[in-house]
Amino acid sequence: MSTSSPSLQKAALEFKSTSLTVPVLLLASIDEKHIELQLQEKIAQAPEFFKHSPLLIDLQKLNGQGLDMDLQSLVKQVRDLGFLPIGIRGGNDRQNRAALDMNLPVHSLHGGNSAATHKPAAKTLAVSSEVEASKQPEQTLENKLITQPVRSGQRVYAKGDLIVTATVSAGAEIMAEGNIHVYGTLRGRALAGVPGNINSRIFCSDLQAELISIAGIYQLSDDLSPETAHKPVQISLDNQTLIIKDI
Amino acid sequence: MARIIVVTSGKGGVGKTTTSAAIAMGLAKRGHKTAVIDFDVGLRNLDLIMGCERRVVYDLVNVINNEATLNQALIRDKRCDQLYILPASQTRDKDALTTEGVGKILEELAKDFKYIVCDSPAGIERGATLAMYFADDAFVVTNPEVSSVRDSDRMLGILSSKSRRAERGEDPIREYLLLSRYSPDRVKLGEMLSVDDVQEILSLHLLGVIPESKSVLNASNSGTPVILDEQSDAGQAYQDIVARYLGEDKPHRFIEEEKKGLFSKLLGRK
Repeated sequence: MSTSSPSLQKAALEFKSTSLTVPVLLLASIDEKHIELQLQEKIAQAPEFFKHSPLLIDLQKLNGQGLDMDLQSLVKQVRDLGFLPIGIRGGNDRQNRAALDMNLPVHSLHGGNSAATHKPAAKTLAVSSEVEASKQPEQTLENKLITQPVRSGQRVYAKGDLIVTATVSAGAEIMAEGNIHVYGTLRGRALAGVPGNINSRIFCSDLQAELISIAGIYQLSDDLSPETAHKPVQISLDNQTLIIKDI
Repeated sequence: MARIIVVTSGKGGVGKTTTSAAIAMGLAKRGHKTAVIDFDVGLRNLDLIMGCERRVVYDLVNVINNEATLNQALIRDKRCDQLYILPASQTRDKDALTTEGVGKILEELAKDFKYIVCDSPAGIERGATLAMYFADDAFVVTNPEVSSVRDSDRMLGILSSKSRRAERGEDPIREYLLLSRYSPDRVKLGEMLSVDDVQEILSLHLLGVIPESKSVLNASNSGTPVILDEQSDAGQAYQDIVARYLGEDKPHRFIEEEKKGLFSKLLGRK
């Protein structure tokens, strides 16, 4: 009895799924010196931000150009600079194998929502993948529709797309893992693609936002050009830059 | 069934107590049995504006703590027998208010009264959140300036998420905008937000505009709700507001600058 009793008590652990925002290192060159130099420049701009920062290495662009990166030396390089790599994505078979050899997970390229993301983890953690799998159908349906004004001080988070058919007041914050649509005046903060989904966009019929952000790349109202304010626009991310275009 | 009206704003000094006193008196004058409750425990003012400060024996906190019955604490207005005032305690603070206690009082009042007006304190802390928690209707009092509008916006967010109606998933609180201390000439000079500016930010049903008026201060100082000053523009504005709230169709006034005639120019009257 004494050996079985602990299992009858409260569970000592449980698995939950979570999503976090992590910087992604998009490589466009395999020149190590080049990479080192530019990384150091970035770090110099915000040393505290990058210190012990988790990092996802994205090799898609390199492999698209047919460039073959030596993952092992790259990982050593970023570790020496103070980053803590937490995985790679977009790698070829050899790179994926190399990553797993270094105990680095291999992530899928799609935002983190597809089942493929969790496949590498499944090899080491069977329980977790079951939990994730059972949640998949819900996740795709978690778009949110808000018909009331989002008031100052309110926060709205959507796991999918977020559609607001009223105004978003100054001091309000709306966030979505997917796209954001505001069919009213957008005065508050709007953050789309929160978990790092660079393909998400923000649409609004009157842009007066305090802050706009896609996949962590943000712009303050101070930096918005007056030509784009007070009219319908769409905001997308291109090469780490927010592009604001009239609709 | 009684309707509970909260008069709220977020920001202080915009005219919540003046408004509470005026609309409670207005509703009572029209024959509806009305109670007005001061939720500003520790900084009570409503009794002064209502001119009954010398008749306060028991207060809201006494009733919550079962030290007095509701009937002992309610003060009947001398000018209108349909109006009762439940004053706040001056010696306690807002922590003395409990949700259960306030709920019990409102439930008891609802048996007897047609309208219950809750005068909310400024801020978004306990007194203010309890004043609005049980409300059916909210009168959001806003001055035509940015910080007041921002605070009202915040209050509207709290109204839609933290009220009993929201928690029970019932119909939301009906929200109305009262724009007070409005001065059309200053709007024209660009010194003040216009009705349209405020409406664009808050997108709320406008119940009325109360012009900036000397009569408000005079009324407060003499302990008479300004709605009883039928000659004054502010008094008339509140009468319109009560009428519109009760479903009458009244055109909005005091939004446009008044054209001064030669006569009033000579006399220097507004």
